[in-house]
Amino acid sequence: MRNTCLNEIHRLAKDNENIIFIGSDLGAGTLTNMQQELPDQFIMEGISEQHIIGMSAGLAMEGFIPYVNSIAPFLTRRCYEQVLVDLCLHDLPVRLVGNGGGVVYAPLGPTHLAVEDIAIFRVIPNMTIIAPCDAEEMKRLVEKTISWPHPIYIRLAKGGDKVISNSKHGFEIGKAILLRPQGQCMFITTGVMTQKAIEASEQLEREGVHCGVLHVHTVKPLDYDALSKLIPTVRAIVTVEEHVRAGGLGSAVLEYCSDLMPEHVSKIARIGIPDKFSDKYGSQDSLLDYWGITTGSIKNKMLDMLGNCN
Amino acid sequence: MIDKRSKELRKIVVDIIATERRGHLGPAMSSIDILRVLYDDFLNYRADDPNWNKRDRFILSKGHGCLSLYAVLADKGFFPEKDLLTFCKSESIFGGHPERSKIPGIEASTGALGHGLPIGVGMALAAKIRHENHRVVVLVGDGEINEGSVWEAALSAAKHNLSNLTLFIDYNKLQSYGLNSEILNLEPLADKWKSFGFAVEEVDGHNIEELQALVKKIPLENDSPAVVICHTVKGKGFYFAEGKTEWHHKSKITDDQLNEMYQCLC
Repeated sequence: MRNTCLNEIHRLAKDNENIIFIGSDLGAGTLTNMQQELPDQFIMEGISEQHIIGMSAGLAMEGFIPYVNSIAPFLTRRCYEQVLVDLCLHDLPVRLVGNGGGVVYAPLGPTHLAVEDIAIFRVIPNMTIIAPCDAEEMKRLVEKTISWPHPIYIRLAKGGDKVISNSKHGFEIGKAILLRPQGQCMFITTGVMTQKAIEASEQLEREGVHCGVLHVHTVKPLDYDALSKLIPTVRAIVTVEEHVRAGGLGSAVLEYCSDLMPEHVSKIARIGIPDKFSDKYGSQDSLLDYWGITTGSIKNKMLDMLGNCN
Repeated sequence: MIDKRSKELRKIVVDIIATERRGHLGPAMSSIDILRVLYDDFLNYRADDPNWNKRDRFILSKGHGCLSLYAVLADKGFFPEKDLLTFCKSESIFGGHPERSKIPGIEASTGALGHGLPIGVGMALAAKIRHENHRVVVLVGDGEINEGSVWEAALSAAKHNLSNLTLFIDYNKLQSYGLNSEILNLEPLADKWKSFGFAVEEVDGHNIEELQALVKKIPLENDSPAVVICHTVKGKGFYFAEGKTEWHHKSKITDDQLNEMYQCLC
């Protein structure tokens, strides 16, 4: 997914001299071909995220479209004020590409996890937050970022994720995709949790439960149209995210319902990461297993909700 | 020592302060003579076309010093001086810190410190990439350069050989709580900037002729960014405020204090 994203940026930059790539001491060899081919559109800065965000704001004020790439926690937490003031207050078209969204960097410990990134960015006006589910969707997304007039945070997954998106669904920033039609219930997901939700819905199907999957690649702005249309049609909803339960996709859905469809709030349950620092290493999968974010637990949560909502 | 023009600009600041009886007087008075010379003798701009593409970019990174910039921009015709009398009122475009989206001539919304130089580096880099000739000037406070982001940006400016970028430091030696030397010592300041790859000059930031001579020398070097350390006095021009922390930001300013300010400008 990361390679697809960066290669797409390179490809698009060939035809658009306003596109400029800025890295923060990335891994050796990253986009070397772009550096050689388009040296004025490739900048490798040091480990200085606060400066890099400000610099990208200055470039955007002059008409450039900067794509800034670093490890997600450092591109969100380390330079939070710069993102808020320099990018979002000025409402500039800077794209933040965060490697390792969620718990991709599980073996590196809590300093390298990005599990609150959606929450802290969701509260900033003008920010757009997108978590694609696979490389194919990433390709469709990057193309759309060129003309989006606001700051964007792109949350990258591990890579090699099973391709579940389909070009027939197209891709519009802010438009959720119904990957499986809603039945009596529906998962609402973002990023690579969509894969888990699809597996869970397939298991439910085998047990006679028709369950939809709404893939919300854009957490902000949230697709209110899709939510208002679909939520009333199902008996139970489980949101699934690789993010702390507070402030992420589940919270956004509940806030929307609380404000505009309060009668549906009780049918919604959230699955996410508990409110504590990770005390395990291992892998992305093992950490998610540890926290109970598995296909089985997602499926069982839905069955519980259906039982409770009878 | 303060000439007629500098007194007139200071009077505009006092007029603004009088509206709400509040404002950052000290930091505005330490920077106002620098701004006067920048706008009188150095920067290219069109007050009637603030977004003119070939303008020089000026960023007031120490946004709390905005009263002096408001005064200079009004004096130059970016907006009517009378509009400044709405300062800090609900519908005003003039707040306690300047905003790009509201005020003609403001390049960046500042107030949170340490943001101006990174943005200026981006602007200067953009001009360099496009082979454009306009220049970028950033004014920071001395307390502001406590911020690590300033030094991150300094490293980057030198790396990119941004000779089109000049940083002015309003070195009044006094930050909010007390002396720089006691809060966080900056010395040897010139040597620090030299070691970061900047061409360095030092001037008396209230000596108009010295400032005018200095700006004529910019760019100081052809392949490196420059810094001008301006030795200034916080609250300059108002004897009761000079070097006084309590006049960094003052509210509930009394009639007597206002009268005293105007007396200082006679």
